[in-house]
Amino acid sequence: MSNDNKNNGLAGWIDQRFPMTKMWEEHISKYYAPKNFNFWYFFGSLALLVLVLQIVTGIFLTMHYKPDGAEAFISVEHIMRDVDWGWLIRYLHSTGASAFFVIIYLHMFRGLMYGSYQKPRELIWIFGMCIFLALMAEAFMGYLLPWGQMSFWGAQVIISLFGAIPIVGDDLTLWIRGDFVISDATLNRFFALHVIAVPLVLVMLVVMHVIALHEVGSNNPEGIEIKKHKDENGKPLDGIPFHPYYSVKDLVGVVVFLILFSTVVFFMPEMGGYFLEHANFIPANPFKTPEHIAPVWYFTPFYAILRAVPHKLSGVLAMFAAIAILFLLPWIDRGKVHSIRYRANSFRWLLTMLVISFIGLGYLGALPPTELRTFFAQVFSVGYFGFFLGIWWISKNEKTKPVPERIL
Amino acid sequence: MKRTLIVMAGLLLPVMGFAAGGGASFPNDDITIDWDDKVSMQRGARTFVNYCMSCHEASYSRYNRVGADLEIDDAQVLDNLIFTTDKDGEKTKVGALMTNNMNADYASQAFGTVPPDLSLIARSRGVDWLYNYLRGFYVDESRPLGMNNGVFVKVGMPHVLAELQGYQVPKMGTRVNSDGEQHEVIVGFDIVKPGTLSKSEFDQTIYDLVGFLDYVSEPYRQTRHNVGTGVIIFLLLFLILAYFLKKEFWKDIN
Repeated sequence: MSNDNKNNGLAGWIDQRFPMTKMWEEHISKYYAPKNFNFWYFFGSLALLVLVLQIVTGIFLTMHYKPDGAEAFISVEHIMRDVDWGWLIRYLHSTGASAFFVIIYLHMFRGLMYGSYQKPRELIWIFGMCIFLALMAEAFMGYLLPWGQMSFWGAQVIISLFGAIPIVGDDLTLWIRGDFVISDATLNRFFALHVIAVPLVLVMLVVMHVIALHEVGSNNPEGIEIKKHKDENGKPLDGIPFHPYYSVKDLVGVVVFLILFSTVVFFMPEMGGYFLEHANFIPANPFKTPEHIAPVWYFTPFYAILRAVPHKLSGVLAMFAAIAILFLLPWIDRGKVHSIRYRANSFRWLLTMLVISFIGLGYLGALPPTELRTFFAQVFSVGYFGFFLGIWWISKNEKTKPVPERIL
Repeated sequence: MKRTLIVMAGLLLPVMGFAAGGGASFPNDDITIDWDDKVSMQRGARTFVNYCMSCHEASYSRYNRVGADLEIDDAQVLDNLIFTTDKDGEKTKVGALMTNNMNADYASQAFGTVPPDLSLIARSRGVDWLYNYLRGFYVDESRPLGMNNGVFVKVGMPHVLAELQGYQVPKMGTRVNSDGEQHEVIVGFDIVKPGTLSKSEFDQTIYDLVGFLDYVSEPYRQTRHNVGTGVIIFLLLFLILAYFLKKEFWKDIN
């Protein structure tokens, strides 16, 4: 769509009434992105792809699913067996949930590595963290809907955490559940929140995330501002239009992702009990507690922090603090250099420590606790929070390497 | 850095050894179900409707779906797999769900608990567990029904397959667990009253039954694999195209 047909034809007719071409150019064909995006820059567009996938498969699931304590479990099996391609729609949705978190965690890690949260991109990071929070709420409520044993008892455990809050705790859990136990009332409201409320918030936040990104421009693996060096037309010298360059490059990323994703969907949808837990193939039974209640893998790092603290309320606070502290990262990090490539070695060590701690916590959070495991969970929790303390400490007088002016 | 990672991994090893020493259940064999062996699954379906379905259901599954997937035609399904009537007293239709006529109140009076639906039992318990459990019943006079189980201790289910397997008593042995304590565990079984099948014939019968339960827990599994193979082949071809498209567009970017 070029400027030539701005004033004639259908596009011209629309452009006089709606900024179609203008928006297309601003966000796609004349959005200048740094030319040196690497592997880590695939995950933004992949997250968008999975969001669309979840919404589309979710719509079809909603056509057959029944949010009713007596029918929910049966309706899921009805989808799996009697609905044409129902098994595919359901596995795409269940695998999509896990894929979403894999992508988001890698996307966040990219931000940490290249300092994408630093000035002037603080708001992009804040919107992103809000997306992460909304996504956790979305996934948590969605997991109740199949109404299996782990749906029921997982929700029971997590909601009861709010009971640890002094004074209002019990009333708060009652208000969340809408009943004294997880019940039909809880299922109905979680369904409403899962299919309407949270997705609306998510989509709005994603739009704000992208608008904020396109306002300040993308960061890159060198952590250099490409807007500092522009040609006579005001185009960044080290930038290339998103379309066609990154649209065709992201297409390669999308296909590679879809190959991995399809391998899980078609050949290992349970992912050894991590994506679909074995106990969730038993209908919810309020009178039978499963031997071991574990949240789905993407919550286990935070769950492990909760369990690592011996005191319940402190544990709950530690868990929420683990998420809240991420919001503050743009101000915790006082460094001026963005990319890990030019930051001090201490930054690399801290980031390595964070990754090991996070994976370690995730692993331990999925297992029943023992003394030794709790000890390790405590060590990793210290490692997790230690990252933020360390960043604050080292970034004051960081020994950075010289940052080049231009992208080579 | 690499050395640090190796040290970290070494420290984690004792954390990973979970449930070690807890393996007191017997038998504990592993099996692999051959999903192409329809004849085995047909025999399993026969065992299922004859021995299991009086008390258990596979209520998410339909008879004619089982028939279509296991290559049994509708007439044979009606003659060999359906023994129930619907609420009007007519013979159950071939497209009906695989339910029985036992109500929950009677079931909980008779067994203390309602026998679970078995449609998904292979996905919640796993095929190995089922194969061992169904071969693990032994004589134990202290139990209400005179039977106990080496895999599911104090199980409420009676030894339904006794006429096939016969009755067995456990051979005890000692095992030292990870804390260095000695435990008396079951190490084998002796048949005290033979059934109509030999041990290997009975094992095969259970294998067939577990194969059927595995099939019925995910009847679309082979479709899933077939479609998946096609999808991935398509994507691999598309990847070649996408890669060269990208290369073509990027050739003028340094």
